[in-house]
Amino acid sequence: MSIAAPPKGTALAPGAGVQAHLEAVNVSAWFGSKKVLDRVCLSMPETTVTALIGPSGCGKSTFIRILNRMHETIASAKMAGEVRLNGEDIYAPGRKVTETRRRIGMVFQKPNPFPAMSITDNVTAGLKLTGVRVHGEAKEQLVEQCLTRAGLWKEVRDRLDQPGSALSGGQQQRLCIARSLAVDPDVLLMDEPCSALDPTSTRRIEETIGELAQAMTIVIVTHNMQQAVRVSQQCAFFLAEEGRPGVIVESDSTEKVFGDPVDPRTRDYVNGRFG
Amino acid sequence: MAASADLLEKPEASKEADEPRTIEPGLATADRVFHHSARAVAMVVLALTASIGLFLGYQSIPTLRHYGLKFLTESQWQPHLNILGLSAVLTGTVEVALIALVVGFPLALLTALYISEYSPQRLRPTLVALLDLMAGVPSIVFGLWAYFLLEPRAIYVARWLSEYLGWIPIFKVDFDTHAAFLGSVLNSHYGASALIAGLAVATMVIPLACSVMRSVFSQAPLGEREGAMALGGSRWGVIRAVVLPFGRRGIIGGTMLGLGRALGETVAVLLIISIAFDVKYKVLTTGAITTSALIANSFGEATGAQLSALLAAGFVLFLMTLAINTLAAVFVNRSRSGAGTDA
Repeated sequence: MSIAAPPKGTALAPGAGVQAHLEAVNVSAWFGSKKVLDRVCLSMPETTVTALIGPSGCGKSTFIRILNRMHETIASAKMAGEVRLNGEDIYAPGRKVTETRRRIGMVFQKPNPFPAMSITDNVTAGLKLTGVRVHGEAKEQLVEQCLTRAGLWKEVRDRLDQPGSALSGGQQQRLCIARSLAVDPDVLLMDEPCSALDPTSTRRIEETIGELAQAMTIVIVTHNMQQAVRVSQQCAFFLAEEGRPGVIVESDSTEKVFGDPVDPRTRDYVNGRFG
Repeated sequence: MAASADLLEKPEASKEADEPRTIEPGLATADRVFHHSARAVAMVVLALTASIGLFLGYQSIPTLRHYGLKFLTESQWQPHLNILGLSAVLTGTVEVALIALVVGFPLALLTALYISEYSPQRLRPTLVALLDLMAGVPSIVFGLWAYFLLEPRAIYVARWLSEYLGWIPIFKVDFDTHAAFLGSVLNSHYGASALIAGLAVATMVIPLACSVMRSVFSQAPLGEREGAMALGGSRWGVIRAVVLPFGRRGIIGGTMLGLGRALGETVAVLLIISIAFDVKYKVLTTGAITTSALIANSFGEATGAQLSALLAAGFVLFLMTLAINTLAAVFVNRSRSGAGTDA
């Protein structure tokens, strides 16, 4: 069924999203019988970039995937606790998972554009998936807007009909960001978005994050300490000690976590002494 | 000379113009042995196929020379009157195969999607095993099942089709739709038809096509699936955006494999149809013939000229299959598929 595109300035204009406060309350997670996260609480306020740092296997990725209900797509995965988007639990019975994921977008570690679709179709794929149709000028405008915000427009404006898979890795990742922006999410989750990219592409994406954060809530998992310092305003340090599930050791403003951490384990990690 | 001096010494660029040099593959002995033996085996397979085609072609020369184009336009197959032609046979072959495909394709596709996308994780391995088992069941088993169980029931489907969809030429019948049961099911005018043969062949085509489709669907990259889900896509959305584009090769490949089987299916068709050499499009009424059924039915008593004619029929079937597969290959290669880009 075709749903008429809403007038400009409402649901379709990217950047006009509701200011969203995301809050995790006592979030635990299991894979089968193995507990990987233990009662994690974290507040991720609007127009703020929150960086999740910590060594591999500490549950950062599991945590960020819980924030938009991607965790449950794995067969053996279980979770407990609440994730509140502007005070409402996204796991509450009767809430549509598809709507939750539309409002809380995600960019993955490995760029995953739809290879058989053109660049344009990649950007508008989310609209098609959520049953919104755009045509003609509105579509062109939306594509340009999203690609511009993702910092990719200038590089691809002449070849919008080419397949998404023809782009370089960094461009593909920015295409994925543009694709996420097109459905106008309130929150953008990024799971190590630069770990497969070269330094130049990484810098472009960090600039993009800075611009996006003016209008939305961003949560980013990163293994790169400098990146956390460059892009985030607040920071949470995850750690899973030998044989125990992951917890947040310390969370505070990025300045505090890197400049004057309370916990000695945080100090060791941010200074590169382990992990 | 001191180590530091070594480092400073630079090779001089040559003054002459450069040319691409030849580079030997430099393969290990094991690689070379395997390369050659694998190639030899592959060549045998190709040579076999080619020799089948050449043999059939060569054997059918006398027939084609004797009957000329009439061999393709004549419908009757009456060796004792020296009338031999393929038009009824080819029509029947195409009809049965098309019915099998029209019925089988959507069922195979939906079953494959259900198993790979919707079925409960715990049930999935069992379903896959069952499906693969079905694909391996000999066609005589399907034939017997179709003869004893399917046919007596399918005639009612045929009657329904003729009653309500009789305005479509292929579903038209020459008799009173209701008076077509002369006392018993066996005397029904709806029995032994191209439709029922097609349905029987469909039951064989479904597991084969479905098995190929499912195995390709299940390989759709997780990254792309997650990308579609994270955009707010439903399962159906993921199927449309990721699974179907990625699986296009599998859909076409599975369908072609199914079509190949449908064209060549012999024993089940022979069990069901009552042989009639008429070029007819009314698929609901009794009587039909397909190429492979003709060959199987007439081969035992065939001699001389008739044998050559049967081989010629086989040759035509061989060419048909070859043409269909070539078309499919061209189409698959042209279509942009996600397969191979793994993201």
